[in-house]
Amino acid sequence: MVFERKDLLGTRDLSAIEIRSLLESAESFKEIAERPLKKVPALRGKTVVNLFFEPSTRTRTSFEIAAKRLSADAVNMSASTSSLVKGESLLDTVDNIQAMAPDILVVRHRFVGAAHMIAERVGARVVNAGDGANEHPTQALLDLVTMSEHKRVGPGLTVAIIGDIAHSRVARSNIWALTTLGVTVRICAPPTMLPRELDKIPGLIVCERPEEALDGVDVVMMLRIQLERQDRLLFPSIRDYARVFGLNRQRLDLAAEDAIVMHPGPMNRGVEITSEVADGSRAVILNQVSNGVALRMAVLFLLGGQGHE
Amino acid sequence: MSPNEENSVCSARDVEQILKRIAFEIVERNSAVEKLVLVGILTRGVSLARRLKRIINETADRDLPLGSLDITLYRDDLACATHHPVVRKTEIPFSLDGVTVILVDDVLYTGRTVRAAMDSLIDFGRPQSIQLAVLVDRGCRELPIAADFVGVSVPASPQDRVMVRVEESDGFDKITVMPRD
Repeated sequence: MVFERKDLLGTRDLSAIEIRSLLESAESFKEIAERPLKKVPALRGKTVVNLFFEPSTRTRTSFEIAAKRLSADAVNMSASTSSLVKGESLLDTVDNIQAMAPDILVVRHRFVGAAHMIAERVGARVVNAGDGANEHPTQALLDLVTMSEHKRVGPGLTVAIIGDIAHSRVARSNIWALTTLGVTVRICAPPTMLPRELDKIPGLIVCERPEEALDGVDVVMMLRIQLERQDRLLFPSIRDYARVFGLNRQRLDLAAEDAIVMHPGPMNRGVEITSEVADGSRAVILNQVSNGVALRMAVLFLLGGQGHE
Repeated sequence: MSPNEENSVCSARDVEQILKRIAFEIVERNSAVEKLVLVGILTRGVSLARRLKRIINETADRDLPLGSLDITLYRDDLACATHHPVVRKTEIPFSLDGVTVILVDDVLYTGRTVRAAMDSLIDFGRPQSIQLAVLVDRGCRELPIAADFVGVSVPASPQDRVMVRVEESDGFDKITVMPRD
């Protein structure tokens, strides 16, 4: 096993070997979800704290289920119920949690680098569950687990990511992980949603039109349009966005015949993806959710099962 | 270590003979062969279980279900292991309720692996009984566990290394004892 880090903060600095060993490990955890008794004792007596300073249902639930299936004690702390609303600083909150001796902290925060800062400060292991628009490593890794169920994830594979790339940590973590494995990634978005810093990544192609991005691709990944950002005028109207960038059946026909369709959720049906495609036979969106639990079990086990030196 | 320091206990032909005897004993002891299932402990226990399945199929004309079990998540030393053991795939594609499980492993030593395997099996269902078949019993138990079917007993001290090699993973069958370096 070649994963010996204290924390999982992003995919950007992971080696191909580390990524592969995480994916391989997740494969072994899939089967636990099919057992009548979905629990193994591996992390008995360990405490996992889900520290969510941003709203989240899917990711938090997924981490919570993963921790509980490993027999860890999972505790949830979300911003709305926390002392943050009473004015406590982030570091004070973290110090207080650290004083309760958790083994793993799963952190989501709207600031880039929040998980990194916390990881430096605490002895507990830290998993970044999303820091601003920077990284969301477990989402990218579960996406790769899902891709590997259908495709060989490596050189020769082409993935199109379409949507608000600039504000998407899911896109960034996927881009880093996929390009590290030699996958070709095409990104496509309205110019206001295209990040500038990604230009020089080898294996990354920026496409102006979705038709260009979709042409013959093996995997289509649609990103959620954050309707709450619409007041920032990143695109003229939701209807225009849906018309130009939305994934419908006609556009999907441009992709390879056996292409799969992914979406990290939550979906805006009728905006970035039509219901016909989202519920169609090529969508693997719910497989992504199932694989998320297995991948997060693998991550928690690899971090939390390690003896402390 | 050089190969000549190895003390070979059994050669390939011996291993095959031993497995035939164990298969015979399993069938002899369990009159309800239809209730038998084989579960091998990864990795070499699975290879041995697969061979027992073949032998029982040939001699008793019974095709027993075969499962594989990874016990990593049930180990009692996870908290002190300094680096991570690899978790491999457990595959038990049949119900364990009411059946007789023949648990198969290559070497029985401290008994801790078998303890972990039994805990894991019981999480899958409620077998009517679990019986243990091992190719080598090397003694030095740390838990009150005994095998029902033993290929060879090799009394060895904790300073010795008892190795079972099987064709499926190693290219040849051999049981050896050598000093631990």
